[in-house]
Amino acid sequence: MDQVEQAVADAHRREWAAVLAATVRVARDLDTAEEAVQDAYVQALTRWRRDGVPAKPGAWLTTVAKRTAINVLRRRRTLQTKLPLLVEPEETEMPATDTIPDDRLRLIFTCCHPALAEEARVALTLRLVCGVATPDIAAAFLVSQPTMAARLTRAKKKIATARIPYAVPTVDEMPSRVDGVLTVVHLLYATGHTAPSGADLVRDDLTERALDVARLLHLLLPRDREASGLLALLLVHEARRATRTDARGRLLRLDEQDRSQWDRDRIAEADRLIVGALRAGPPGRFTLQAAIAALHAQAPTYAETDWPQIVTLYDQLLRVWSSPVVALNRAVAVSMVDGPEAALTEVEALERDGRLAGYRYLPSTKADLLHRLGRDAEAADAYRAALALADNAAEQEFLTDRVTAAQSP
Amino acid sequence: MAQYAVLIFEAVPGEELPPEVLEAHGSLPDRIKEQGGRVVAGMALQPPGTATSIRGELVTDAPFIETKEALGGIFVIEARDLDHALALAKLTPIVEGGVEVRPLLGFEVVEPD
Repeated sequence: MDQVEQAVADAHRREWAAVLAATVRVARDLDTAEEAVQDAYVQALTRWRRDGVPAKPGAWLTTVAKRTAINVLRRRRTLQTKLPLLVEPEETEMPATDTIPDDRLRLIFTCCHPALAEEARVALTLRLVCGVATPDIAAAFLVSQPTMAARLTRAKKKIATARIPYAVPTVDEMPSRVDGVLTVVHLLYATGHTAPSGADLVRDDLTERALDVARLLHLLLPRDREASGLLALLLVHEARRATRTDARGRLLRLDEQDRSQWDRDRIAEADRLIVGALRAGPPGRFTLQAAIAALHAQAPTYAETDWPQIVTLYDQLLRVWSSPVVALNRAVAVSMVDGPEAALTEVEALERDGRLAGYRYLPSTKADLLHRLGRDAEAADAYRAALALADNAAEQEFLTDRVTAAQSP
Repeated sequence: MAQYAVLIFEAVPGEELPPEVLEAHGSLPDRIKEQGGRVVAGMALQPPGTATSIRGELVTDAPFIETKEALGGIFVIEARDLDHALALAKLTPIVEGGVEVRPLLGFEVVEPD
């Protein structure tokens, strides 16, 4: 890659959302704006080579993309085609943020609107906010390219036809809408972090893109405690990511990971964010999850982790977010404070509850507890049950090893 | 302004709706107006037991789609955008069920000649 190509690639990564968001306001049609922005990046390659890389690549790209979009609109108007235009509400209401709303926020809130299906929100965010090409999104979600293209087209059509506004929500709607956006970003990260199937446990590009959007949200909503919490949570995950598998790609448990390899800078950054969020008010679910992850990341060893504090944080988390998955994770922490017997009682209660049926970490957690209690025959059965539910190669190998270990005397 | 249909799905039959709910239905146009929208048209349907469906040549004594919450009525509103339409639709009184909001493709009242 030469210098100009590198400059264009950097501008794509850093400026895509801002360039597109500004162009959408002129084009008032997502497809037109997308094509104009795409075209601006193509032009940049030749023009920057000829004239040099501009001082403000983002501003250059925005000017070129807006001009292209305006030309397309002019041509279309003369062709008398009628397209439903994106609605931009008149600025009668006070904006929900205390600064001038950034166009990128409009783009993010539109992509993550609750009227769109969750899978569409994730795909749109990748395509429009991160600028990831459709074939790459399709590959990341293990669907065919035409399927992903159709999903994106349907979503964009709904935005136009149902008039989903290109706007930042009102103050009343803000908390729930921000939560929706953070959920999409978390899902994006989780998809990259634990690929549900396929050979690679981590799809680097997805996790990096999710981290980019989390950073952007924290930048645009600096006072939102949960935006800080989500960024902190992803930073801690990233800090430990390289140690989650061994050289052969086998999955390692938290107690087997090489803590000296964890990224201390990222953990420290996460810690600052968490402390800031906790000081600002009662913590939400992302901040609490980040606090739990950070406690793990700061412990010198697995055994020396502050388990009682982790149980306390899980209790708080269950109060703001009563999810059986949280209850399952809490049971693991309970096993470290009150022993595996107490934890097993809670896991069995969750089993009876039934909401986690088909969730592979339920039988694998139960198996670990049974193994620690010396009930190895039952443990092997539970590992087998988990194995039947795992479709990721690294996890399958991990569980196969566990079955063998539990069976050997 | 754009037009949206608000489809009311209600498990409680119209004649069994409590008086305060009926009253809330009656005041709906005013409440929507207060929030910057407008009710363009409204219709309330008789219960699903009175429905007759025709599919091809087949005539049956039931609604076209059998659901627990029957389609009880439809009204058409004018709203700035989907967020506004959703805020207005939320004013609909519902005992058990919900509403569906759909952008209108067309709306026509046929006047007599």
